[in-house]
Amino acid sequence: MEMLSLKDVYLSYHTAEGETEALAGVTFGVEKGEFVALVGPSGCGKTTVLSAVCGLIPITSGSITLDGKAVSAPSGNVGYMLQRDTLFEWLTIEKNVWLGLKVRKMLTEENKRYAHSLLVKYGLGEFARSMPEQLSGGMRQRVALIRTLAFRPKVLLLDEPFSALDYQTRIDVGDSVTEIIKQEGVTALFVTHDVTEACALADKIVVLSARPAVVKRIFDAPRSSSPNERRTDGTANDLTDAIWKELKN
Amino acid sequence: MKRKTTTPHERYLLGVRKRKTIIKLWQIGLLVALIGAWELFSAIGVLDVFFTSSPSRIVTTFIDLAMGGEFFYHVGVTLAECVIGFAISMLGGSVIAILLWLSDSARKVAQPYLVVLNALPKIALGPLIIIWVGAGVKAIVLMAVMICIIVTVISVLEGLCATDASKILLLRSMGAKRFQILKLAVLPSALPTFLSVAKINVGLAWVGTIMGEYLVSGAGLGYLIVYGGQVFRTDLVMTVTVTLCALAGGMYGITALAEKLWHSRDKHKRSKKIR
Repeated sequence: MEMLSLKDVYLSYHTAEGETEALAGVTFGVEKGEFVALVGPSGCGKTTVLSAVCGLIPITSGSITLDGKAVSAPSGNVGYMLQRDTLFEWLTIEKNVWLGLKVRKMLTEENKRYAHSLLVKYGLGEFARSMPEQLSGGMRQRVALIRTLAFRPKVLLLDEPFSALDYQTRIDVGDSVTEIIKQEGVTALFVTHDVTEACALADKIVVLSARPAVVKRIFDAPRSSSPNERRTDGTANDLTDAIWKELKN
Repeated sequence: MKRKTTTPHERYLLGVRKRKTIIKLWQIGLLVALIGAWELFSAIGVLDVFFTSSPSRIVTTFIDLAMGGEFFYHVGVTLAECVIGFAISMLGGSVIAILLWLSDSARKVAQPYLVVLNALPKIALGPLIIIWVGAGVKAIVLMAVMICIIVTVISVLEGLCATDASKILLLRSMGAKRFQILKLAVLPSALPTFLSVAKINVGLAWVGTIMGEYLVSGAGLGYLIVYGGQVFRTDLVMTVTVTLCALAGGMYGITALAEKLWHSRDKHKRSKKIR
């Protein structure tokens, strides 16, 4: 069953200089519980796809449906994880995690307990009362992920969430975030400029063309293996080569 | 006697403390030297005390005024006018800034007016203020408000608009309304700006209050300065000026302390970095 579906999505921006066509008929779907990566040349419109799925910018034509319902404005059914962790530095870790619940007026004792259980489950329970600046970059990214999971969104959008981290932390955090997403059975759409990262983490890789973006090809990754297994057994490399060829065409 | 050994870090800390102490000593020393030179040159006749007074004469005048009792009434009047003007400016200016943040169109419409009002010498409005609210305390408070409020609006608005765009984007993606964004991200982000503006406004509120008292007052420190000037009592003018310095310094100190307390409120929590 498709949780998220984009059908023939066109999107144009209007500025004083003129009209810019960003998306020109993008079509792909994300199954429930699937982790899909979106790759493409720099500036091709990957983040635009996420903004449109979130309902932050209106599409010109086509349709975007989330769990069978058309997306037209931010509904709170989408969890958005940005490039930086965007933790609110004046709030404790616990209160940062409650943010989505607060916005959606769902800050009940039961939901607070659920949010705390996520912190405990992923090794951050003892830091619930700490301030963001006390945590390392990797821990902060995990908090950002738990913040989006805490209000149980139908789909999770990740916009290059590891790009601000150093190489080693990036691999560690990427693996642990993917593990959390899989464990929680969350449907996720992940934008990255790093093809190798996409090949190691995602179930499916959607390759976009240069702007105006169309889907060039969709690659399936072996779902049974872990990110680390894919890196070591060569699967990720083979897939990376195939995607690079597609991107160069 | 056993020689005390120190680590390089202890020596570094000792150096930092030493530098701080030296700067403090220079600050105090400079003040003492200036007062000493002023007193000395007044005593030997290099300076004419009729024009410049002297530190000893200021102390004597202060004691006389304090014994008379009326001086503290004047201090109270000016302090009250200043604090009321400051409070109205901070509150009113912040509310206007928030309203302008809420409406992009209103902000764009207001922009040139704010620029012109900020550049306008407020003293020019003195006669109008007297016509509008009469020659009393209201006019003095209004003068203080006029001087502080535009700075407050411009600075607080800048602080509100400088909120991290990704925080706003995050809240929007969660479905947050504009008021929720204001409450959860924008106001907390702008709090340091608000505290900085408060520090600037402490000085401006004193300027406005004294300017207002020059124009219309029957009591207050500004009134005493004008009176002292008219009857050539430089001792009185100097004593009131020194008192004003102390009051303005005290009020700035309280605001700076509030800012310091805000910044250090979680210091104990933040002292330990987790890696």
